[in-house]
Amino acid sequence: MPQVFHRSTNTFSRVSIFGFLFFVAAATYGLALLNRSSYVTEAGVAREQPVPFSHKHHAGELGIDCRYCHTSVERTASAGIPSTQTCMNCHAQIWTDSAVLEPVRASYRTDSSIRWTRVHDLPDYVYFNHSIHVQKGVGCATCHGRVDQMNLTWQESSLQMEWCLDCHRNPERYVRPREEVFNMAWEPPSNQLEIGRELVRAYKIQSLTDCYTCHR
Amino acid sequence: MSGALDIEAIRRRLATGDGRRFWRSLEEAAGTPELAALLEQDFPRQVAAGLGVGRRQFLQLMGASLALAGLGACTRQPQQEIVPYAKAPEDGIVPGEPLFFATAMPLDTGVYGLLAESHMGRPTKLEGNPEHPASLGGTDVFAQASVLGLYDPDRSQVVRSAGEIRPWSAFFQTLHAAMQTQRTKDGVGIRILTETLTSTTLHDQIIAFNSELHSARWIEYEPINRDNALLGLQAAIGTDAAFYNRLEGADVIVAFDADLLGSGPNALRDTRAFSGRRRPGGRKPMSRLYVAEPMPTVTGAKADHRLAVRAGDVEAIARAVAAGVGAYGVTAAAAAGPHAQWVEAVVKDLTAKRNSTVVVAGPAQPPAVHALVALINDAVGNTNATVANVRPFAGGREQVAALGKLVEDIDAGKVDLLIIAESNPVLTAPVDFRFAERLQKVPLRIRLGLYEDETSRLCHWHLPAVHYLESWSDVRGIDGTTSIIQPLIAPLYDGKTVHELLAACMRKDESDRVPTSYEIVRDYWSRQRAGDSTAFWRRALHDGIVEGTTGAALRVDRDVEYLPKMAESIPLGDGLEITFRPDPAVYDGRFANNAWLQELPRPMTKLTWDNAACIAPVTAERLGLASGDVVELRLEGRAVRAPIWIVPGHAPEAVTVHLGYGREHGGRVAEGVGFNAYAIRSSTAPWIARGLQIHKTGEHHEFATTQHHHDMEGRDVVRGATIAEYQRDPKVIREQGEEAPGAGETLYPPVRYDGYAWGMAIDLNACTGCSACVIACQAENNIAVVGKDQVSRGREMHWIRVDRYFEGSADTPAIHHQPVPCMHCEDAPCEVVCPVNATTHSNEGLNQMVYNRCVGTRYCSNNCPYKVRRFNFYLYSDWSTESLKLQRNPDVTVRSRGVMEKCTYCVQRIQYAKIKAEEDDRTVRDGEITPACAQACPAEAIVFGNQNDPESRVAKLKAEPRNYGLLAELNTRPRTTYLAELRNPSPDLEKA
Amino acid sequence: MTSPVLKPREDRRPPIIAPGHTFETVTDRISRVVLRKKTPRGWIVGFALSFALMMVLFYTIGALLIRGIGLWGINIPVGWGFAIVTFVWWIGIGHAGTLISAILLLLRQEWRTSINRFAEAMTLFAVACAGIYPVMHLGRPWLAYWLFPYPNTMGMWPNFRSPLIWDVFAVSTYLTVSLMFWYVGLIPDLATLRDRSDSRIGRTVYGMLAIGWRGSAKHWHRYETAYLLLAGLATPLVVSVHTIVSFDFAVSMLPGWHATIFPPYFVAGAIYSGFAMVMTLAIPIRRFYGLEDFITMRHLDNMARVMLATGLIVAYGYAMETFMAWYGGNPYEEFLILNRFTGPYRLQYWLLITCNVILPQVLWLKPIRMNVAALFIMSLVVNVGMWLERYIIVVVSLHRDFLPSSWGIYAGSVYDWSMLFGSMGLFLTLLFLFVRFLPMISIFEMRTLVPEAEVKEEPL
Repeated sequence: MPQVFHRSTNTFSRVSIFGFLFFVAAATYGLALLNRSSYVTEAGVAREQPVPFSHKHHAGELGIDCRYCHTSVERTASAGIPSTQTCMNCHAQIWTDSAVLEPVRASYRTDSSIRWTRVHDLPDYVYFNHSIHVQKGVGCATCHGRVDQMNLTWQESSLQMEWCLDCHRNPERYVRPREEVFNMAWEPPSNQLEIGRELVRAYKIQSLTDCYTCHR
Repeated sequence: MSGALDIEAIRRRLATGDGRRFWRSLEEAAGTPELAALLEQDFPRQVAAGLGVGRRQFLQLMGASLALAGLGACTRQPQQEIVPYAKAPEDGIVPGEPLFFATAMPLDTGVYGLLAESHMGRPTKLEGNPEHPASLGGTDVFAQASVLGLYDPDRSQVVRSAGEIRPWSAFFQTLHAAMQTQRTKDGVGIRILTETLTSTTLHDQIIAFNSELHSARWIEYEPINRDNALLGLQAAIGTDAAFYNRLEGADVIVAFDADLLGSGPNALRDTRAFSGRRRPGGRKPMSRLYVAEPMPTVTGAKADHRLAVRAGDVEAIARAVAAGVGAYGVTAAAAAGPHAQWVEAVVKDLTAKRNSTVVVAGPAQPPAVHALVALINDAVGNTNATVANVRPFAGGREQVAALGKLVEDIDAGKVDLLIIAESNPVLTAPVDFRFAERLQKVPLRIRLGLYEDETSRLCHWHLPAVHYLESWSDVRGIDGTTSIIQPLIAPLYDGKTVHELLAACMRKDESDRVPTSYEIVRDYWSRQRAGDSTAFWRRALHDGIVEGTTGAALRVDRDVEYLPKMAESIPLGDGLEITFRPDPAVYDGRFANNAWLQELPRPMTKLTWDNAACIAPVTAERLGLASGDVVELRLEGRAVRAPIWIVPGHAPEAVTVHLGYGREHGGRVAEGVGFNAYAIRSSTAPWIARGLQIHKTGEHHEFATTQHHHDMEGRDVVRGATIAEYQRDPKVIREQGEEAPGAGETLYPPVRYDGYAWGMAIDLNACTGCSACVIACQAENNIAVVGKDQVSRGREMHWIRVDRYFEGSADTPAIHHQPVPCMHCEDAPCEVVCPVNATTHSNEGLNQMVYNRCVGTRYCSNNCPYKVRRFNFYLYSDWSTESLKLQRNPDVTVRSRGVMEKCTYCVQRIQYAKIKAEEDDRTVRDGEITPACAQACPAEAIVFGNQNDPESRVAKLKAEPRNYGLLAELNTRPRTTYLAELRNPSPDLEKA
Repeated sequence: MTSPVLKPREDRRPPIIAPGHTFETVTDRISRVVLRKKTPRGWIVGFALSFALMMVLFYTIGALLIRGIGLWGINIPVGWGFAIVTFVWWIGIGHAGTLISAILLLLRQEWRTSINRFAEAMTLFAVACAGIYPVMHLGRPWLAYWLFPYPNTMGMWPNFRSPLIWDVFAVSTYLTVSLMFWYVGLIPDLATLRDRSDSRIGRTVYGMLAIGWRGSAKHWHRYETAYLLLAGLATPLVVSVHTIVSFDFAVSMLPGWHATIFPPYFVAGAIYSGFAMVMTLAIPIRRFYGLEDFITMRHLDNMARVMLATGLIVAYGYAMETFMAWYGGNPYEEFLILNRFTGPYRLQYWLLITCNVILPQVLWLKPIRMNVAALFIMSLVVNVGMWLERYIIVVVSLHRDFLPSSWGIYAGSVYDWSMLFGSMGLFLTLLFLFVRFLPMISIFEMRTLVPEAEVKEEPL
């Protein structure tokens, strides 16, 4: 009876049997990477805006305090996006004729909002509160990165649950003195852990990993 | 992030749907064949829906769900925009921070003083205004549900004439022309029909109107009116009077067919005062409540001695009592017959406790009874003490008579121009007035209303009215307390107020601008108050009360000028009796399009989406009827088909029907629900009639009830005792049930709660079962409406339910109410079994339910001994109707299909308070957090707080010996516990 | 019946293989079923029917994904309905396979050889059917993978305290092992088919599946070892799987679920229904393909005996539940039992007792055990009975629990039924494909039973 298979089939079958395992492992790993990639999280992707507002220029070079625009960050859940009025406080005097700022002036003239593109967008079932984080010594830069070095703003962190939990589970790794919260340049000192532990005690920081902390 | 994608899929599906909206979509959703058959009986219109799984939709969704399965975890958020203000508003609106404004809601002759919660200019939730004497911080179902009424997509949105959409200008032209001709003849042909007048500004406008057009006439009509009380008091006191009670001073309360805790303008005030006197260990002894009524009401349920008598027999009893206490001019008592003992006990108590009792009769009782009641109150010295008489606002008016006069005038052709504001006479007028047919004789008919309803259909012009949350006005309560109604939002649709309509009539010249209702109201009040009107105005708006208007009592001095007369009694025939009542959910029909109210289980029947002909078990037996049998009710040659519902504790040989159903027009929710009881309600017998005939039709009606079993099966679900027993030995409560296992009786290490330990105590003694908590919860927590069919399948979504049990004989049972929210068990059975950790325990003892983690195994619900968990079997939340989205509470997730949900103790409020507290580095104060249910409760039956703090109210209540845990023997260690129910029966009657 | 003839062992019972067979005849008879050119009309008709039924299942699944599980009759309080009932039922049926192949193998029950192959197949297909339910009964089936512990961006693990998670492992393990067992068992026969098939495709496909089996002594040696190891591995599963399935109920606190007797009595019930199903399938097949020589009355008789035994254990279970309700003095338990006897579902309950306890007693009688038709009917009765048992456990316990106010009623909707029968369609479809393309009886093992093999028989 003629052979159905060429002898090489033996090798093939052996290879494929073992290869399969590696394939599965690789696929799983790949998927895990994809999930955390900026393709999915959109972290690090600078967003086009109707007005090319540069945090680097305003916060960095001019050194305007975060709270000048994000007024409610210390009082309420949302940090607050400045009204056109706020822009015009300065731009009524300077760069009054720059074409780039026309949308701003138009908005002020017509009393119609500027439609900014959202950069940090949590799912609807997550309830984040700025004021309490600021209160407990979580710096702006800890989550938002060096905004003062961004021309067009992008989202620094993945904003995935594991990322939130990392800090909620061990706050001491990230907290800083309250007075440093708005300091973009602040770097965690070498003894961050012990300082962190003290701050956690001082600011009565609980490691809030209850679901209801964020989900309602 | 998959939750977001899930939502995307749903949006896609909704996009393909054929404009399906709101609760109606649910009957569609449930279109299985055998159900379609069932629907055919109930709602023929909806059968078309069926199970519409088109090929495309099918593939699309298969695709979608496969994609979901694969990529569930790696989803990109849809691109969103941020739209900040161009110029920030001054009044401190900060995104995410709610603001509260005082306003008021008029209903009947009364008012609800309210605080409205506003998110970015959207009113989302209403709370009682603690400053307001008529609400004292409490609310009821109507007030709570009214916020949904504001956003109701079925509200009329355009001016319509003969079916055509017309601009306001066109209407104003017509109006002006008509007014000009009327001016020439002193307005003799003008009739203005409103509901009961409670707005001082409107009253002022009408006076002005009349001073100009003397012959114009103004009529008030509401189907639920106070005519009888007015006539009765008139006879007894000799002047127009209304009354309100001061139950806080009442040791004994006798209610003659009066649902004083459940309905009427004083219900909230009375409930608060009543529950205040029912707590053991209060300064004053516990009060005693006698009730004689046909249909069980929440008042009857709380009674220490409830007499189930036909409404028509109440007069004899009242007369006997009056004679017993030696009321003026009441001589020979008609023999009280079988109720002699009850009467005796009442008389004994009334005479024993002079000046500190209250006797009250309901609006359904004839003038004679009201007169008798007034005389009794006189005789035992209650008048001016616990019963305050007041001048009825704008002079009392007999509304039925007034409407009758209008009908005559129409027949006589005297009416050229009829303006109907709000009132819906085509539906609600006494049937013998044949109003619909009369109405069409009027040359020019104008209707201002929230809905294009039965009346609008028959008018030349329908004008969209504005909801009270959109309008400026004012309203005066029974006791004179006046509140400014201020708008929370600009009118959603191009509506006008009755103020503006009248002002438009008054214009001399067509070119004159119609003043806004703000100008009208503001102008009126600046005329009232000399001096700094701005400061006064600010104050009035802020407080929600115009200072100095409260408590204008009318002193009645008997012996001076007036000798009381008895209003003579109208003899009733005999035979089966029928009584007409306002519905506990849709009132007189005005709330019929409010889905929250339609789906609210009625406190006594636990029916939803229906009214019924309620009868006693014995009567049902005699007539061979069962619940659900459709019968024809025949009265004076008129007939209506109604399904039977057997109500334990109902008076025998009597039928009770509730008004406001069987609507033909007035919104997709209202239409085709229940039967129209107005069809047999005549002006001669608007409340009580005899000689009713019942004819079986052999048909059967499917009711949707939320509770099928009404007996406690001898389980210690609701515990209770008499006050005497309890004072003798407080342990009596604990001994009624099995002890919970001690904390030591487990192999697991004990869990310690060091920080806050949230807990709730529900006082069954205070709870009347009014169900305000249910609607409040629904409004606060974005709870979906599921529709009649889904309710009948046991899929209602209410997070807090009010269980109702009957105990004892079916003819005269004791009636218990028990609100059941999530128990937040410390050893929660639901948590162990959830495979994905979607329900877990917080370190403050909250049983957390995380919708976005839930995959929907429903194991938690199976293992919950209280069955308080609710499941989204379909996509119940409305994701498509824009106006409804405005009502949603932004602090609570809107749930999607396939997830479990349940009471959270209003965790959004807890978190808000905690964050505020931590920011000023303090702990949360007791009473700082109030869940929606507790806040709405007029009886203060629900108390929430930190039970670790021994000083907190909840901790103190839980320390009381009448505190017990439901099913505690299962060692669930519930955080929600109950305070047992105590009764205060009369020793004499108890012996008998 | 054939009169007793020369047999390997002195035994008055019917032979496990009809006399007069040789290696050739055995091989030929069994492989012919697969290798015959034209497909018998009966097969085509049967396949078409079950395929249509399977389409009903797919339609139902589609509708469920689009509209939601509200299409079913479930509600609050009855959160589980047909889906879980049928899941447990299929899993139970899946037990016979492993029991026969593993345990009877270790117990040297030769008679198993002619039925183990398709008993194993049946197991696989039953578990496949069962597998659909836990996924489809979810509110959000597309998130079913959250039940698996995998490192995710949520930084969360599933709740290992939940019996449903144990289920995930138990069932998937069982499926894998059964699959291995079945396949390993097939290898020598696949080789036979490869060699006997005269179409190129046949040779290639069977060849690949046979993964180069040459039947050398080395092959046989390794084969025996592997098979024995697998048998050892599978044996505990027979007990574990349904024990864990029973935990889904026993771990809860619901009266009627919260019972320590559940594990043994679920396992017994599983084997009970499993054998019933084997019988339901074996009888028509042996008839249709004329395999009476291989699946003899001896087999049917033995299976009937097993059914009788397990049936009695199940009956004991019912009795104990009732006894404990009275003896335990827990009012909720007491009420539950009374509610079973006299409540809204009393009809289903007494029908269950009839099917599972009363009728099967006829199996005591040899004439019945020797009557193919009677056995066939009995097997059907038991299948129905076992489905009803799960229905009673799931629905009746749920519909009236602790608080009378939350009591409700349950009835399966059209979609419940279409899902049930649809799954049977899937089951039969797979089975038809199996009997057409694979030897439904283990050829090489049968060959060890023919007299010639007598001397060569090696102890396993």
